Amino acid sequence: MRPESMKIFDDLRGQNMVVLESAKQSGRKVVGMYCAYCPQELVLAAGAIPVSLCGTRDEPIADAEKVLPRNLCPLIKSSFGFALTGKCPYFYFSDFVIGETTCDGKKKMFELLGQYKPMHVMHLPQGADRPGALSWWKEELLLLKAKLEEHLGVTISDDDLRAAIKLSNSEQLALKELHELNKTDPAPVSGLDLLTVSFMKDFNVDKSEGIKLIKQLTGEVKEVIRQGGSPFRPGTPRVLLTGCPVGIGSEKVVKLLEESGGSVVCFENCSGYKTLDRPVDEDERRDPLEAVAERSLKIPCSCMTPNEGRLELLGRLIGEYRVDGVVDLTWQACHTYNIEAELVRSYVRDNFDLPYLHLETDYSTSDLQQLKTRVTAFIELLDKRWT
Amino acid sequence: MGIDVGSITTKAVLMNGTAWQGVLRPTGYSPRQAGREAFGELLDKAGLARAEIDYIIATGYGRISLDFANKAMTEITCHARGAHHLVPGVDMVIDIGGQDSKVIFTDKKGNVTDFYMNDKCAAGTGRFLQVMAAAMGVDVSELADLARGREPVQISNMCTVFAESEAISLLAEGVERGRIIAGIHRSVAKRVAAMAEKIGKGELIAFTGGVAKNEGVKECLARELGREVIVVPESQLAGALGAALLAREKLLKARASSR
Repeated sequence: MRPESMKIFDDLRGQNMVVLESAKQSGRKVVGMYCAYCPQELVLAAGAIPVSLCGTRDEPIADAEKVLPRNLCPLIKSSFGFALTGKCPYFYFSDFVIGETTCDGKKKMFELLGQYKPMHVMHLPQGADRPGALSWWKEELLLLKAKLEEHLGVTISDDDLRAAIKLSNSEQLALKELHELNKTDPAPVSGLDLLTVSFMKDFNVDKSEGIKLIKQLTGEVKEVIRQGGSPFRPGTPRVLLTGCPVGIGSEKVVKLLEESGGSVVCFENCSGYKTLDRPVDEDERRDPLEAVAERSLKIPCSCMTPNEGRLELLGRLIGEYRVDGVVDLTWQACHTYNIEAELVRSYVRDNFDLPYLHLETDYSTSDLQQLKTRVTAFIELLDKRWT
Repeated sequence: MGIDVGSITTKAVLMNGTAWQGVLRPTGYSPRQAGREAFGELLDKAGLARAEIDYIIATGYGRISLDFANKAMTEITCHARGAHHLVPGVDMVIDIGGQDSKVIFTDKKGNVTDFYMNDKCAAGTGRFLQVMAAAMGVDVSELADLARGREPVQISNMCTVFAESEAISLLAEGVERGRIIAGIHRSVAKRVAAMAEKIGKGELIAFTGGVAKNEGVKECLARELGREVIVVPESQLAGALGAALLAREKLLKARASSR
């Protein structure tokens, strides 16, 4: 029942590495990114290959803790550890790295990371709703553009940027269409598979090839739906996952939810739907840089205050995906998501009367048993087939 | 039958129609062995053979190790169901066991609507009380008597290891043992009450799990929550009872649908 193309996605990481290496040898430049706020359109317009840098695995955390405090979120520690130990090939191949001042932990970590690679840290506004926010952010994009031009030895024209916007938008649209197929009940794609696809696309060297592959998978999934197929039995509790980003290596909560009899139908987080919601405006009469700035500033991340966009998006997704419960994942020591959980809890309760589970954990397996009890109990309470 | 393999104690409950009976035994180092023994012991007590048991639900931290059970369910679901049977109409269950503590909200019919569980450390659990009792040179069953009527001393550390050294320094300072124990009870209650208030206030509160046997903790909980906290003699069996009730429900449902 699992779509054939999923196998290709499973093996993509190893393959991408080979492709990346040969692209490097032929003179292509590589730019490493960490966050959804990073405008990959500018990197594409510079003719460089944008890649996501590793930060979702537990392995390098022990090494990172030799430098960073232990009481820090695993995503920051993992990202830093991967760079420090040279175990992230994407970091290794990067000619230039882009960071953003999202949370305090990240922005200070980037100061240390700058010792290892030429990098630029973009300054985000604290919120999207102030009069000067958009013009500030646009200035930051202009500065990044200048930095990219300087470090990569290129000039980025408006036409380059417009072409990059089209490419980036079509990738986003392709992924969005796939995600939205899970509005079907029971879901045709498991949460783990959906996560694999979303995660792997960030390591694609050739965007057009990547988009083709996503579309191929979407076609197969549509066929699965047509035949009434699903990895889940009818009545399987449908869960929406929100909170901190999740990737391969940090998928333990997704795995537990599905092993305990649930189906993660929707990822609201920035590794999922959050960044697929709005495309960049392609209107030819507009300044393309401003259009890029406008779109990324609207990403509802907890580092923004206020962050009402997240609740608005959650509300829409809860309805569209007809979910039975909401799970909010906070990585340990991620203050912004941890505190915002209180707002999410009451929003989900008061507006939808849906069960809500807040989990705080890290990438390690140390709390697996306790997590399993929580997650299983949550699925038991959602599962109406029992009582 | 319901079998609740906890970190310290294993409990089993047999339902026969609406009548029920149970057994308890220490879990020891092997949850699987403890589960088997509790099962055998209960069969002997009831004078039944293995084949006469229709459906077994295992719960508690050792639930996965019981390969002879028909199904495993979490102690959260089971405690809610068991507490509802013991205290009809209960809408908030505080369960403090050997290695974790939980606050469970229900729909007054025994179904879970929300819950909160402590994180991975032993703070405020039965194990915490055991460690403290050892530091005081007493058995955990003597704690409540020793603390009765004493003015609680402030215990600031919630971590089991730090709280133990804090209690030992208090002893060294000459603080009376009963006051330290009263302080320990209060700190356990404060922690659980804070956990409870994160999600709401119950109308009818039941206290289950091994720690419910400690009257000192119960009184402190009632004070912290500002409401009555009900403990029934069978509180420790609530999880196993809930599992047995769910097993019976499963059977009745299966029979109804096969008719």
